Amino acid sequence: MAVAAPTSEPLAPRQTREVRRGDRVFRGLTLGSGLLILILIVAIATFLVWKAIPAFRISGLHFFTEKGWFPDAKPAKFGVAAIAFGTVLSSVIALILVVPVAIGAALALTELAPRRLGTVGGYVMDVLAAVPSVVYGLWGVFFLVPKLIPPQRWLSVHASFIPLFQNKSNTFGRSVFAASVVLAIMVLPIVAAIAREVFRQVPRAHREAALALGATRWETIRMAVLPPSRSGVVGAVMLGLGRALGETIAVALVLAATFNINLRVLEPGGNTIAANIATKFGEAGIVGREALIASGLVLFAITLAVNMAARAVVYRSTRIAEGKV
Amino acid sequence: MAKRIDVEGLNAWYGGFQALADVNMTIEPKQVTAFIGPSGCGKSTFLRSLNRMHEVVPGARVAGRVLLDDQDIYADGVDPVAVRRSIGMVFQRPNPFPTMSVRDNVAAGLKLNGVRKKSQLDDVVERSLRQAGLWDEVSHRLNRPGGGLSGGQQQRLCIARAIAVEPEVLLMDEPCSSLDPISTLRIEDLIGELKDEYTIVIVTHNMQEAARVSDVTAFFNIAGAGEPGRLIECGPTTKIFTKPDDTRTEDYITGRFG
Amino acid sequence: MAAVIGPVALTRRRLSRAGLGLIGAGAIGATALLFTVTDFQGVVDFLLVAYLLYLAGQTAVSYRVEGSRSAKNRLALTLLVSTLFLALVPLVAVLYYTAQRGLQAITPGFLTHSMSGVGPLDSGGGAYHAIIGTLEQVSIASIISIPVGLLAAIYLVEYGRGRLAYWIRFFVDVMTGLPSIVAGLFIFAFWVLALHKGFSGLAAGMALAILMMPIVVRASEEMLKLVPGDLREASYALGVPRWRTILSVVLPSASAGLTTGIILAVARVTGETAPLLLTAFGFDAIRTNPLKGAQSGLPLYVFNQAGSAFNVAVGRAWAGALTLITIVLILTVLARLLTRRNRLV
Repeated sequence: MAVAAPTSEPLAPRQTREVRRGDRVFRGLTLGSGLLILILIVAIATFLVWKAIPAFRISGLHFFTEKGWFPDAKPAKFGVAAIAFGTVLSSVIALILVVPVAIGAALALTELAPRRLGTVGGYVMDVLAAVPSVVYGLWGVFFLVPKLIPPQRWLSVHASFIPLFQNKSNTFGRSVFAASVVLAIMVLPIVAAIAREVFRQVPRAHREAALALGATRWETIRMAVLPPSRSGVVGAVMLGLGRALGETIAVALVLAATFNINLRVLEPGGNTIAANIATKFGEAGIVGREALIASGLVLFAITLAVNMAARAVVYRSTRIAEGKV
Repeated sequence: MAKRIDVEGLNAWYGGFQALADVNMTIEPKQVTAFIGPSGCGKSTFLRSLNRMHEVVPGARVAGRVLLDDQDIYADGVDPVAVRRSIGMVFQRPNPFPTMSVRDNVAAGLKLNGVRKKSQLDDVVERSLRQAGLWDEVSHRLNRPGGGLSGGQQQRLCIARAIAVEPEVLLMDEPCSSLDPISTLRIEDLIGELKDEYTIVIVTHNMQEAARVSDVTAFFNIAGAGEPGRLIECGPTTKIFTKPDDTRTEDYITGRFG
Repeated sequence: MAAVIGPVALTRRRLSRAGLGLIGAGAIGATALLFTVTDFQGVVDFLLVAYLLYLAGQTAVSYRVEGSRSAKNRLALTLLVSTLFLALVPLVAVLYYTAQRGLQAITPGFLTHSMSGVGPLDSGGGAYHAIIGTLEQVSIASIISIPVGLLAAIYLVEYGRGRLAYWIRFFVDVMTGLPSIVAGLFIFAFWVLALHKGFSGLAAGMALAILMMPIVVRASEEMLKLVPGDLREASYALGVPRWRTILSVVLPSASAGLTTGIILAVARVTGETAPLLLTAFGFDAIRTNPLKGAQSGLPLYVFNQAGSAFNVAVGRAWAGALTLITIVLILTVLARLLTRRNRLV
């Protein structure tokens, strides 16, 4: 430690004690700040559970099977079945759309772009990540949703053999699909940025080994870059999933809220837990607010599980990468 | 199999910095040619420009001619991928693919070239590992990851991987610098065996190593910081180490600098 | 020894740039023809069809001329570069469209007037009250989260060893993925419901602080790790105690990077809408006291105006979005410029 007894010029005992006390206080302060974050997670869980209990008392187990949301009606009737379904569905579609683009863009930045362009690309990803979600939502409603009508119509006509793409309402617009596209655009920079970091961790020596064997650029990527990055990329995708699940405002603006379980993603309607909280909070009564907290608790549990799993995967992959370099 | 390399007026740059100026030399087949010289003298750059690996670094470029049995590898229409397949390379630090097994590491280059038949792959894997003097140590664990071997074994695995694609020339960039003395000795013995079949070029920091393994030695030097590296002298190893023509070579050999 | 793959020819027929250009021209020509003789239409459709035709043409010709490995390589690299461009399209579209609509809608009084007494159909009105709210809320969030975040980062880099540090780091990472609406719900449950404190700018600031803290910790940790160990040891050798060394040697030498990380964290929470909804609640008039009473905030203002069915309100939403995005982008660029000038690596 820094205060190991000096040999040539011993400090006065009092001074040493003061130094020790200063160190102890400072260390305690930093440790306390670190612990605060652990405490915060526990506090979030505790208060959400506590304030959700009245709502759970009213709905009982129907909370997980009921689709509608009428917590302030008499008798109250509400549950997360529809909105939890919508949350997962929109996020999964968003991920299916975003994963190839994000990984491709990250590979193009690390493997193909000249170094300077790669740096600029990193900045651009930063800016994309910094655009507030309310702006994406606004843009989504007024620009993207109208633009997405023709492709959605096309899909419903030419791909209706896939049940997912049937549209019985024959109206197009604020669908789960449209919301998923907005979500995909929002999580793109997050997934791409982490994937880029993962690819950059692959030592140049491995790329050179493949090139020196007479591999083409693409073969080098497949042989030397992708295999050691696999778990890191999985982690990046899961982090994107966590983000998509919890995204609130953009979805609230884009979706025309309905409470049903519907796999036909091109039909207008659908809802998510987060968007439901945002749109219902203002008008909610006492039970309504408690019910929203209960739904928030479900969202918290899902995202916590996804994020913890994602981080565990990323941690393992970076440990592997560091151990092998 | 082994081919001769003639280098004519070779210059190499990293961006705006010239790393190598006007190198002319001939590398004979079935011999070991060693490049020696102080750090930054351009010997590794020169080695990497012999199989077009230099241009892999962003901003790096080469001018001049490198003839592999009279065919310029920098001519129009030459495919760098084919060049690298014909001129294998072993790097300073062993770099087996960490997620691949020992077998897959050796077979990697063959699979790229469309060899799919298991019996054929197994034959080449065994032959290459035997040639690299590693077969007896790994034959019972071909399916284990290559990263689990010791440093010296990993480097021999990399040599096996390089010779599995049947190159004509083998370039080695300080292959022993990260290894312990015993592993170094094994690799040096291996180099002596391999020269019956390949043209071998080795960059080394270690003059004793050059004296031990090479038939021909080339000495590179820089005039000062920021100056490009140049070839000072090239000749039979015994001559370079006993009575070199150039005083700079003599100074370096006798340890007066570098 | 039997050669399995044998020697290869070094030269090979390769597709030239001109050849690729020719394929491109052919793809565009074929698409044009297709669009004149059939009822295909639309600019995006045209580009898509031309692109697919080009991909097919390039792959087919390359396969014939250069062989399957090169054809695969070309196809893969073209697709990778395409995804990069595809990823940039939304950025350009968002920035361009927001600037266009925002500039159309913004009025001279927008930044100096509140919504007090402005009805849903009235034109005029502004975001002054919301900007005040955002400034106060983000300041409160910064006052709470920067010291805590910085201290926690110091713990992780300077003191943290073993299990506890591992778990703190792990949960800091997990917290960066906390949905912002959950942070808002927590403060609502804790501050508004359990402590009966009511909606306020302070509550919003606390919710934003929860979101900001993990970002500050992670960014600061990265920067502190870059400070070379020699610097610390030199200071210890002079008999300076550890805590003084950290405060007077480590922090100053990492200051540029720390500032960048903190500014980026501020930029991130400035745009957060969802937590404000549940904690500041929203208010149409100017309220400068963040401690008591509902307040607006710029992102919340945009959200509320966007939800209206009337064009004037939507116009105000665009003007607000432009203001918000300008603030956030200035902060982001500022942060980047700072590190560019003072790189610690």
